[in-house]
Amino acid sequence: MVETNNIATQVFRFFLLVAIQLLVISNIHLFGYSSPYIYLLFIIGFPLNTNKSLLIFLGFILGLCIDIWSNSGGVHAGATVLVAYLRPLLLKFSFGVSYEHNNIKFTQAEVRQQILYLLSMVFIHHFVLFLLENFSTKLLLQTIQSTIITSIFSSILIYCIIILFSRIPKR
Amino acid sequence: MQQVIFFFIRNKNLLLFFVLFSISVYLTIQSHSFHSTRYINSTSSFIGGIQSNRSSVTNYFKLKKENERLQNENAYLREILFDDKHVVIEEIDSLPGSFTFEFTPAKVISNSYTKSHNYITINKGAADGLEIDMGVISTNGVVGIVNKVSKKYATIQSILNTKSQINAKLKKTHHFGILVWENIRDPYHANLIDIPRHTDFNIGDTIVTGGRSTIFPEGIPIGTIDDYTLEEINNAYIIRVKLFTDMTSLNSVYLINNNDYQEIKKLEDEANGGNK
Repeated sequence: MVETNNIATQVFRFFLLVAIQLLVISNIHLFGYSSPYIYLLFIIGFPLNTNKSLLIFLGFILGLCIDIWSNSGGVHAGATVLVAYLRPLLLKFSFGVSYEHNNIKFTQAEVRQQILYLLSMVFIHHFVLFLLENFSTKLLLQTIQSTIITSIFSSILIYCIIILFSRIPKR
Repeated sequence: MQQVIFFFIRNKNLLLFFVLFSISVYLTIQSHSFHSTRYINSTSSFIGGIQSNRSSVTNYFKLKKENERLQNENAYLREILFDDKHVVIEEIDSLPGSFTFEFTPAKVISNSYTKSHNYITINKGAADGLEIDMGVISTNGVVGIVNKVSKKYATIQSILNTKSQINAKLKKTHHFGILVWENIRDPYHANLIDIPRHTDFNIGDTIVTGGRSTIFPEGIPIGTIDDYTLEEINNAYIIRVKLFTDMTSLNSVYLINNNDYQEIKKLEDEANGGNK
């Protein structure tokens, strides 16, 4: 029962994030830079103890949904697959080895660890994204510039959503 | 054999990652070549349908601006109509299809301008007679070239795309150059390159389409000269052009169909084939 409920939640979250990203967030262009990408929250907030291959595959589908809409070939798919693959490494890097043994909740971890995890995921995703999108060494400087600025926007937005929608721990 | 299978099982995540990442890179490279954005694009009726529904809502907020723009265009066209210098010749053979260039109106349902490769989706497709390589203009000037057509929708490669190259000239002196877009942070300007050193021009001069391609008719406005630098190596100017069209708020566009396109293309292909 718990299992099916969890799957339903994830499916719902997938479609909700794609819809919000494409219909609302993609129309925001802050200071002429690319719009923030919040769909990454699906990969960031995916349950920790699930099959890793499944996450990589879902990351591909998620990215492809964004690509088909915005005519960008496979840039989102590539970037999302990469972070989905790297997630276990980044989790270990941010939260220490303990994450594998006990099922820690993201919101109950230290703020420093949360931010480290969030920033590393968003930054790697955005860097690969803009690298694939621009696809030329001539635009390398602009790629780095876009990566930094858009990463900051995305991270702030994703962190706000996490804080808004996470349940307050019972004391 | 068992070893091989074990290897695959142990590294299945890595392999899955490599396969999916390669597919993504392949799709990206595919999308970078002009005619072969075959598999992944927003002209499918499902995505196009959602986008046109969304734009039918958001378009209400742009109506005031759009009205003003169309009114200005009407005023301009009236000026031409009542101007003595422009004599309107009434042709006896006024059957449709006797004009070289035909214009089809369309509505923009999705537009991007912050990437390095920007595309616009419109609500007309092959059912309305659209073809690949048709030119697209707005009420103010050049917008782009059609690069993918489905039954009901089409995508346009915007001039705000680092792959776009449009034949353009100085209106006054008829010197030809190529209009390209290099600064991906700036949707209001493009660059005109390959203008020879001896050319005489001033800031504020108008740039129009050249008419050396079959896509755009000659003399469609593009923008005005904003700034220029002389490139010593090529002995040519790079001119920064302020675009007439505000690419960030496109709503209605016109598609240009050149009725002689097939004939010219056939002739050119034959000539090129003869050279080989």
